[in-house]
Amino acid sequence: MSQVDRLRGSAPGKRHNARTVAALTGNPGCTRRAVLDAAGIDKVRLAERIGFPGAFGQSRFALARGNAFEAMLKADDCALLRSTLGAYVGGYEDLGADEDDTLSARHARTRSMLNDGAEGLLDHPLLTLEVAGQTVFLEPDLIAYQNGSQLQVVEIKSFAILDGQADGTAVSAAAVQAAVYVLALRRMLGDDRVSHEVVLVCPENFSLQPVAVVLDVRKQLSTLRRQLSRLASVSSLISSLPDDVSFDLAQPVPALLSSLDTLTARYAPECLSTCEMSVYCRHEAGGRTAALGRPVRDALGGLETVDEVLALASGAREPDPAQAEAAALLRAAQRLRDEAL
Amino acid sequence: MSTLVALARAHALAAGRAQPIATVRHLHVHDRPLVLIPLAMAGEANAPLAALLGDDVSRPRLLVVGQPRNRDERFAFTADLADAVVPYLESFAGATEAVPVDRGRDVRHRFVDAPQVWVPNPGGADFLRLLGRSTRFRRVDGDHPVPPSVPRLGQWLTFLASSAEVPGSSLLVNAVQALGSHWATGQSAAEDAHFGSLFAWITDGARAAQEAENGPVAGPATDPAFDNEVLAPLIASPSPAMAGVLRDLLTPTWERMWKSIALLRELPVGARVGLRWDSDRDAYSAFVEHLTEDGTPQPRRDGAVAAAARLQRLENAAARYAVQRAFDDPLVMADHRLTGAAFGAEVTLAKADRIDDSGKRPVLRPRIMVTTTETVRVEPGASLTSPARPSQKAKVISVTPGPAGTDVLLELSGGMGRKLVAEPGSVPAVGERLLLTTLSEAYRPGAAFPDPAETPWTHGGPPPHREDLPVA
Ligand code: SF4
Repeated sequence: MSQVDRLRGSAPGKRHNARTVAALTGNPGCTRRAVLDAAGIDKVRLAERIGFPGAFGQSRFALARGNAFEAMLKADDCALLRSTLGAYVGGYEDLGADEDDTLSARHARTRSMLNDGAEGLLDHPLLTLEVAGQTVFLEPDLIAYQNGSQLQVVEIKSFAILDGQADGTAVSAAAVQAAVYVLALRRMLGDDRVSHEVVLVCPENFSLQPVAVVLDVRKQLSTLRRQLSRLASVSSLISSLPDDVSFDLAQPVPALLSSLDTLTARYAPECLSTCEMSVYCRHEAGGRTAALGRPVRDALGGLETVDEVLALASGAREPDPAQAEAAALLRAAQRLRDEAL
Repeated sequence: MSTLVALARAHALAAGRAQPIATVRHLHVHDRPLVLIPLAMAGEANAPLAALLGDDVSRPRLLVVGQPRNRDERFAFTADLADAVVPYLESFAGATEAVPVDRGRDVRHRFVDAPQVWVPNPGGADFLRLLGRSTRFRRVDGDHPVPPSVPRLGQWLTFLASSAEVPGSSLLVNAVQALGSHWATGQSAAEDAHFGSLFAWITDGARAAQEAENGPVAGPATDPAFDNEVLAPLIASPSPAMAGVLRDLLTPTWERMWKSIALLRELPVGARVGLRWDSDRDAYSAFVEHLTEDGTPQPRRDGAVAAAARLQRLENAAARYAVQRAFDDPLVMADHRLTGAAFGAEVTLAKADRIDDSGKRPVLRPRIMVTTTETVRVEPGASLTSPARPSQKAKVISVTPGPAGTDVLLELSGGMGRKLVAEPGSVPAVGERLLLTTLSEAYRPGAAFPDPAETPWTHGGPPPHREDLPVA
């Protein structure tokens, strides 16, 4: 049994999708998440098991709306999608079925069809990516559009584009996910075969009328590459973990907690919307300035803990030389605050 | 983030209780505000699900879209919302007052009051903006006619949403921002965005805030678990229970909204808040005039010239708001003292009758020397102001650091009457504590922009004459 499998215990490995890979770029400094993700641990269940569940569900209505939009685009041999993309030539093939036991077969088929290079639309191609020393299958949710000599990633999203503008968070999340696909396709086919320009197909204004917008994801690609190469070192970290570290959910909670304790976290408020462990990590980070957010921490001279900040501000503690500047600022701030209140 | 606010957050965390970051209230709080809590349907751009609204805490009015997928029900909702909101908004277009303009050579009229709408959070304001966008172009004739109140509502919501972008405006207020600019909590800004949690930090402390986090949302987005477990069955088989469920969901937020308003109302009001409300009344008056005279809906997007002019207005408003807040509030001014843009000092010498007769005619130019131990980041030639004498300018003549503090020599002009002898009390006396700052309330005139009709097409003008199409 490999070290990674032992970490996970009896549960099957959590599969990656573009969203989970994209999430790895969110908090690159966090070892805890890197290890948990590399080992394919189900973080939602882990967080629940230790008593810190998060709210990471998705609304049925949002799902239904997204599915309806996609179905509408793909109806009648993708008539509407084709007219949105201007892609009238070539066939449409769905590599479909999201089943575990056909993964390798589907991957082989994807590879041969894409290598073939025939013009057309290929739905749900099954891709792989090297994440932290492991080859992971990417649950596909894209269409590869072979157009001339280049392949273009097409993503169907259900957030609306209103008067040419869309929600910034949604667009940047979509761009990172598309970059994951571009990267996986490039690793399979070579860099020059896959365009760095991806197409988002979204509903326009307040209707279901689709509109296509092109995004350049070069920046996201380089962030992703950097992050994935850093993650490669996680495998050596995993093998250096003590033998009794395990996230097998069948263990008692104290054992899980002490295992978590061996993995250094780097909590920031952004974790709350990106990582399933965030409620636990926030609890653990209580009393640290980082938990108040980066701008607050910086304004407090980068000091680690709130106790330290208050002790220096009140003059109860003498600063060590490295803290002298921060301490002087805090003392002045405290004096001004007292005077004004 | 200023160090003072960050320090207040640290104190809040240690105390388990929100800490004040303002000593006065920096926004106008209306005697009869309208509270409006919108709730949206997940997955769609701006599809309303419900709204709880009213101008009386004891009489909330609930509007519900029973079948969100039914277009007709949605339109009926918008029409109901228009009937509930537009009369409130227009009820202030009554009594007017005359305001002198052009140095008193002329007068213009403005309404003595204006509406004030409260939503829980920035998302609520954004929802209203999009609702304005989706309804203001709707047609009252043709294939899918709507009642005239619907496009009217759209124009009003667009007006409110764009005024909310002006720093210091109080026509459309979101409670998260209003509370957050007066209290600091011991959590991050991301967590403060949860209205219930922010409110609990202020009223009951950290533990209550943690509970509120898992409590009902303040909209416009619903909680996915609520969608899946509660709402989905109710929509699948339409039931009269839906209104009750939504009312229960929104009622805690309704109560917190009114308590927030009361909490803010209790704070002593800042001296310059009234000036900004005057500007709000000006904007309201101008918009009412636009509606009665021309009435065309606001364009989808500003042309280049209008956009540049608007950007400059927003920048000016931001600068004015920052200065006014500092002048009104010693705790806000403390931020500037920390960075050296303001300092407290004591007057050590004063020559109140000094006359400068080097020019064509003699002028009164008293000089004072002040001493401070605070950081001073001003250069000779700089112009300082003191909030206690805002119409008086103090020009820095020299800055001399010494062992016991820094001596700053100042020459005063303005705010001393029209004679060659200063009015009593207008020149600071020896021993007086003064606050001096480089911040200035002086009006900064904006750049001149070309008329839109004379703008080259490369910069967006002249606007094409095409009819705006109705949007489904
Ligand atoms: S929530 Fe915890 S595990 Fe997840 S990224 Fe943040 S610090 Fe790391």
